Amino acid sequence: MRRYITRRLLQNLLTLFLFLTLVYLLLDAQPGDFGNIYASDPRLTPAQRQQLRANLGLDKPVLVRYGIWLGNVVRGDFGISYSNYPRKVLDIIKERAPRTVILFISINVLAYYIGFLMGKILAWKRGSTFEYVSTIFGVTLYTIFVPWFALMMIWFFAYTLDLFPIGKFVDPIKWLNAPVDANYIFNRMLLTAFIASLIIFLWTIYARRLNPAQRRPALYSGIAVVLVAAIAYWWSTGVGGYALDIAHHLVLPIVTLATVNFAGIMLLTRNSMLETLREDYIMAARAKGLPEEVVRDKHAARNTMLPVVTSFVLAISFVLDGGIITETIFSWPGMGRTLLIAAQEQDIPMVIGALLFTGVLALLGHLFADILYAFLDPRIRYS
Amino acid sequence: MAKITDASPLAKTPAETGVLTPEEIQHVMEIPLWQVRLRLLLRGLRTNVGLFAENPIGLVGLGLILFFVLLMIAHPILMRTVWDKNIYDPVLGYDTSIDFHPSPPSATHLLGTDPLGRDILSQLMWSTRSAFFLGLMTALVTVLIATTVGAMSAYFGGIIDTLFMRLADIVIMTPLITILIVMAALFDLTIVHLAIILGLLSGFGATTIIIKSQALTVKVRAFIEAARVAGGGHAHIIIRHIVPNLMPLAFLYMMFGVTSAIFIESVLSFFGLLNIRMSWGLMIHTTEYSGYLLDMSKWWLIFPASLAITLLCAAFYLVGRAFDEIINPRLRKR
Repeated sequence: MRRYITRRLLQNLLTLFLFLTLVYLLLDAQPGDFGNIYASDPRLTPAQRQQLRANLGLDKPVLVRYGIWLGNVVRGDFGISYSNYPRKVLDIIKERAPRTVILFISINVLAYYIGFLMGKILAWKRGSTFEYVSTIFGVTLYTIFVPWFALMMIWFFAYTLDLFPIGKFVDPIKWLNAPVDANYIFNRMLLTAFIASLIIFLWTIYARRLNPAQRRPALYSGIAVVLVAAIAYWWSTGVGGYALDIAHHLVLPIVTLATVNFAGIMLLTRNSMLETLREDYIMAARAKGLPEEVVRDKHAARNTMLPVVTSFVLAISFVLDGGIITETIFSWPGMGRTLLIAAQEQDIPMVIGALLFTGVLALLGHLFADILYAFLDPRIRYS
Repeated sequence: MAKITDASPLAKTPAETGVLTPEEIQHVMEIPLWQVRLRLLLRGLRTNVGLFAENPIGLVGLGLILFFVLLMIAHPILMRTVWDKNIYDPVLGYDTSIDFHPSPPSATHLLGTDPLGRDILSQLMWSTRSAFFLGLMTALVTVLIATTVGAMSAYFGGIIDTLFMRLADIVIMTPLITILIVMAALFDLTIVHLAIILGLLSGFGATTIIIKSQALTVKVRAFIEAARVAGGGHAHIIIRHIVPNLMPLAFLYMMFGVTSAIFIESVLSFFGLLNIRMSWGLMIHTTEYSGYLLDMSKWWLIFPASLAITLLCAAFYLVGRAFDEIINPRLRKR
């Protein structure tokens, strides 16, 4: 197992290197370069212009420039953003990456949980009206034009019902006299969420070993205790109101993107489950006289999980793409929106930084899916 | 040339005809090969059309596609006959008889006008053309590459297989829209460029892997061995024996390819990044920069275009799904 993960890590590093090369060559191939804009002053003599280009290192061949650039990237130096001058690219990534990561994680968790649940029920009720209605609903959501859907969500929940704010990260008026800045609060929130989910995860593992009668009450009371503790902590800090404001802004983007993504998972789970239901062991389980729910949840659904995990690998890039759209429409200042604005303003260092971030996130998701796969399917022997 | 009658042994199973007399064998042998192939093709087509028609989901998709094809055909006819070119041109038209644009739907403008005074219905119908062109061209490039690469890496294996599969791994992981946003912002992308780039990316990506796994199951079948024993070369076996067996699957992924191509084009032109005269995404972009995006009293600015994108994407997806239930034996109800 450890050897397998090490090998995957090395493979991923190689892929990341190839991705970086691709990104550099892509950006190098664009017509014109920064030197042309920089040295376009008509009063400059050709010699001065040449000198300016040489100072920027633009007179060197592509491979040499690529080598220098790669060295800088390895040292964590992505240069200075043009559109946020004089802020460093790495600085901006550090500030905005958590906002995208939280969207990415919560959307995936929500979408997979609900999608899997719905999908297995759909397959179980094949041929019923419920199945047809849900399939049509799911296909509509799956193929819906995401920007339009996001706009409709904003229009309905934020504009008409006024339940949520229209986009943005915080409400500036509420934050006028805030003692700390938004990033501090947000990072604290992330930390709380991380610790809480870790405790809940460990508690779930523990609760599964209890006897069946105690399992559910123990699990639910444990989760409730952790949630109450987290809320009590924020209450005691005195800046809980600000955290609530950020959370309030977070709800609509997450719900929107999770709704779009859940449909695909639901349809996939349905197909995968239909294939599983034809297996002999399902018939055997039914013949034994097991309750329908047990056959569905314990025998069929668990074996359906593998293709769904495989689809996670394919879905990572889809969620990242959806993230750009959602962040732009909700004016959520994460990496996706940063990338779009940087690309439109030809802010090359920022574009490279954002692309690298996206690539790393995709690779980490990939690695996670691989490890999950190894856990789920003991038949797969990794040497 | 022999005339094929209903008594032709081709139409019956061996059990019904029994042992063929030498005359009958002679009779069958004289039928030209293309006629036999045509008959087999028609018979296969009839069964598949029957299976397809059983599924209401696929029929809905087909109906939607037909509707959009009709819209596409109707536009040039209307422009030549009923509509005045100065008023109804999708890009340059302007109706001077209306004081304030965007104007609500009326008898002259069935879906109203946009903030620049252009007829929405005309834009909607005109954009159908580019949506179909992009979708079909992307799908064609995708399937062409995926089938070739998939068949080759399954057949030869070894270094070719490793190379293409690792490439596919990288392409799968790349967020397509993200890369295209960067490319569209830095380069001057037209719809033909976009179709080729999209086709290349999805052709070397996920579709290849799926087609290759299908090709692997074809490769071990007995008729491949037979072809090799009969002295068929590599190219002959791939083109005449493996590729035809990949076609149904390739067609299926063509349908899904069309869906994603139309979606991606709409997103890019929604962000205003494409060099394109008019498209559904651009119509929403126009609404956005004019500031009418959340103004639902001007619903005709955003609803027709968004619905058109959603419906056409859904249509191709539905046809693909219905097709999936035909060619994927494990999904059949029977």
